[in-house]
Amino acid sequence: MNRFGLILAKSYMNKIKSKSFLITTIIFTLVIIGATNFQSITSLFEGSGDGDEEKWQVVVYEEDTEIAGSLSDQVAILNSSIEVSGGEAGRVDLEEQLENGEFDALLSISMTEAGRIDAEYLSASLTANSYSVDLQAALQTIQSNMAANRLSLSADELATLNMPVAFSQAAYVDSAKSAEELDQARGLVYVLIFVIYMSVLIYSMMIATEVATEKSSRVMEILISSVPPIQQIFAKILGIGLVGLTQIFIWAIVGILSVNLSSDTLEGGIYSLFDFSSGSISTIVYGIVFFLLGYFLYATLAAFLGSLVSRSEDLQQVLMPVNILIVGGAMLAFFGLAEPESGYITVTSYIPFFTPLVMFTRVGMLNIPFWEPAIAISLTVLTILVLGWFGAKVYRGGVLMYGNSSSLKDIKQAVQLSKKEKS
Amino acid sequence: MLKIDNVTKRFGSHTAVDSLSLTIPKGEMFGFLGANGAGKTTTFRMILGLIDLTEGSIRWNNEPIGYDTSSLIGYLPEERGLYPKMKVKEQIVYLARLRGMDKKNAEKELIEWLRKFNVPEYENKRVEELSKGNQQKIQFIASVIHKPQLLILDEPFSGLDPVNVELLKKAVYELKEQGTTIVFSSHRMEHVEELCESLCIIHRGSPIVQGRLNEIKRDFGKKNLMIKADFELKELETLPGVIKMKKLIGGAILQIENEDVSQAILDFLKPKGFIRQFSLEEPSLNDIFIEKAGASYE
Repeated sequence: MNRFGLILAKSYMNKIKSKSFLITTIIFTLVIIGATNFQSITSLFEGSGDGDEEKWQVVVYEEDTEIAGSLSDQVAILNSSIEVSGGEAGRVDLEEQLENGEFDALLSISMTEAGRIDAEYLSASLTANSYSVDLQAALQTIQSNMAANRLSLSADELATLNMPVAFSQAAYVDSAKSAEELDQARGLVYVLIFVIYMSVLIYSMMIATEVATEKSSRVMEILISSVPPIQQIFAKILGIGLVGLTQIFIWAIVGILSVNLSSDTLEGGIYSLFDFSSGSISTIVYGIVFFLLGYFLYATLAAFLGSLVSRSEDLQQVLMPVNILIVGGAMLAFFGLAEPESGYITVTSYIPFFTPLVMFTRVGMLNIPFWEPAIAISLTVLTILVLGWFGAKVYRGGVLMYGNSSSLKDIKQAVQLSKKEKS
Repeated sequence: MLKIDNVTKRFGSHTAVDSLSLTIPKGEMFGFLGANGAGKTTTFRMILGLIDLTEGSIRWNNEPIGYDTSSLIGYLPEERGLYPKMKVKEQIVYLARLRGMDKKNAEKELIEWLRKFNVPEYENKRVEELSKGNQQKIQFIASVIHKPQLLILDEPFSGLDPVNVELLKKAVYELKEQGTTIVFSSHRMEHVEELCESLCIIHRGSPIVQGRLNEIKRDFGKKNLMIKADFELKELETLPGVIKMKKLIGGAILQIENEDVSQAILDFLKPKGFIRQFSLEEPSLNDIFIEKAGASYE
């Protein structure tokens, strides 16, 4: 095996065998299994839903109306976990009973001259917001029915009055994504942006740590005299990149298995966000391409910055600008999900440090012509090559420098140390 | 043959090495001396091709040294370092393979070296578990396991106890006997005196003394005169030809201009009384180093 292969194999095997790899893989695997079985798990906590004791007890206090019965019927249609009953005491007594915990909420109802229902909802906390919303909806229906009665409208006439507008959206450009498609795309793009963001952050950090460790343990001086720096950098980057792909591969397998074996119905809920149809295949392919681009870009940057520090403690400091770039890209991408066509998203998608996340958002959300991502990808590849070439120079000098500071001045000094000065 | 031809290295305005020329014949052990910061490590790094020369050239058997020749060259850096978490065997085999050795051969050689250093049980230990001196042995093995033709040792004996120094010295000597060309730096003059035929003292980047050990001593001219006698020796200091005198209990060491002076001193002492010891000695390398490299500090 040649030296490149040796370093690659070592970087890969060391990480694969490490505890941290095992732990993150297992944790994320559990998260995936949890997410794909979300419905089954939540229903475990919600219980069977039949028992009376779990119901939300609402007591109604009425001054001059008699609607507790019809309210109970209406609410039963809207939300079966609310139980409405009429209060049999004065308001003050009922409030006291509420505070003693005999029931969950008190609804005081009165009616104005004009036929409007005034209701006041009193509960220990307002966190169970959906209950009050359902109660309000039920009261609204009752009020409408009462008004219809007064005006002697028939049930059909009432239905006509309450008829909802049929509102559908369509874009006149053929290739534009429909609103429905956009929602589906958004879910997938969201998840992939997150995966790209996290893995670029984690794996570039891993590279920098590895370089800094080799340098601080001073084994670097032997390595650098055996193997050219550019081979070392790229062997490491490739090795760790393969670790990343291995991890993502494991998760993908777990995800697919888990979805297939899951007892959840794959409709509604979070699944409505994922439609693994033809459109999403190209999104996934772009996702992989942009993951690789982002990884190589930031890993190269991290590798040569890592070569500048003498102690691993200083690593965070030099990596700060890199982290800011990655986080900035991710924020832009998340904004881009909401308004992918805005000007600043278009512009930043061509800036190599943001391309992997932002251009991916545009590709996922819009139907842009192929040349746009092609240009951005070429620009990024070019940047990676320039960074690799420049990084190797810094790396070669940087690994021989041992000092405290870690700054731009060091980069200059490192380049100088490796510079050819032949006259 | 290692040929360093008129090499200069400048970092910006600072000249680290200035017009250094050396020729080290094959199979020779060469001592490279200098005070801290004199430019030794920079020179080594230039020999290894880690940093480029500003001027001049360095050649090994008329070939430039680079990554193509890395299997021919062994290097023990001054700052010792290995992967702390890796086991000795994994680590040495990895480093040996990077220098172009195959796995089986590296494993076999490693076992032999560990036995030679009386530490065969370290094979499967992590480096961080070993003491500093033992880590140094492992590091030494890492630099010689691939049987280099040219071996560069930067302070190989620093931080070792006397037993281990002897062990390593013996190993270095054996390598030399097998035809390895060895360049080593040290602050310990007695090691250089013991091992090297030729040497070079560099000071602030330029060589100030250079050549074969015995010639350097001869050319230095000054001799040491050791005298032990039962009477007061104080007045010797004022005699012509005496450069300086260092008092000892019951005697003194004089540095004299040349060996002829000793006879005049002997004549001067004879009538004074009983002389227990009177010996003319070669100057030690330590004296030469301090005088040459220390002079400009004063």
